[in-house]
Amino acid sequence: MKFGVVVFPGSNCDADCHHAVKNVLGAECDYLWHQDTSVAGYDAIILPGGFSYGDYLRTGAIARFSPIMAAVADFARAGGLVLGICNGFQILLEAGLLPGAMRRNAGLSFRCEFVNVRVENAATPFTSAYQAGQVLRLPIAHGEGNYYADPATLAALEAGRQVVLRYSEPDGRITPAANPNGSLGNVAALVNKEGNVLGMMPHPERSSEAILGSEDGRGILTSMLQYLQRRRAR
Amino acid sequence: MYLVKVYVTFKKGILDPQGVTIQGALEALDYKSVRDVRTGKYMELRLEAPTAEAAREQAEEMARRLLANPVIEDYRLEVEEAQA
Repeated sequence: MKFGVVVFPGSNCDADCHHAVKNVLGAECDYLWHQDTSVAGYDAIILPGGFSYGDYLRTGAIARFSPIMAAVADFARAGGLVLGICNGFQILLEAGLLPGAMRRNAGLSFRCEFVNVRVENAATPFTSAYQAGQVLRLPIAHGEGNYYADPATLAALEAGRQVVLRYSEPDGRITPAANPNGSLGNVAALVNKEGNVLGMMPHPERSSEAILGSEDGRGILTSMLQYLQRRRAR
Repeated sequence: MYLVKVYVTFKKGILDPQGVTIQGALEALDYKSVRDVRTGKYMELRLEAPTAEAAREQAEEMARRLLANPVIEDYRLEVEEAQA
């Protein structure tokens, strides 16, 4: 199974993702340059965290027009697995591969800390290694993670069980106090209707080994690998 | 040559965290009359076009595709003739 990590000017979690996939997960992994125009031969694409194009204009707004994003969009439409982490999530929203938009965090502070998230849907290619209702301890680091969608879109996301992770208390209760950025519905991660594109604000690659303070994020990558192996076996 | 002024603002009903914070700061300075603060972006584009209408059409497309995010933002354009 071959993963590709897209490197945009300003990506700063690309090496972390590459390390987590290659050395922790043990899968093949390449860096893909933002000016590449093809993702042929890859089984999964990761858009890593960082500050693509300096986050000028809006987070993810300029990266969305990078040449490689047309290939990533085609790959996603054909059913390929795409994971957007933090800035990668913002890019997926700007590209329209996931619905909604990000605003500045409520309170305006950049939040860099461990948070708790509850697994809302364990039946996706990104979360099958978890149990529904399981609470994960994952790190966040962002200034614009305040998710917004209009009421009709949000209702459709809820009805389709597309909210995959929600900021929660350590015991799993969903409260305003557990929400670090003001996101509607405490949304921390979303999957598209087809289930093959996931955007998440917490960093699974930064919580994939005990030495990092949490291994809870590794399940995202493990789930992806297992999904790809099952798909290939069919 | 035309000068296009682009104003990008949050749609009505979208919480503007920066606006809320600025309003709080104004209150702290004892400006009690302020009921609401909304922030936005202002951009100036100087562009070549045969007519003002053509300049507006070009800028509309740029605003729709990149300058504003239609999910949360509205935009307004002003077009003026400018020195080349």
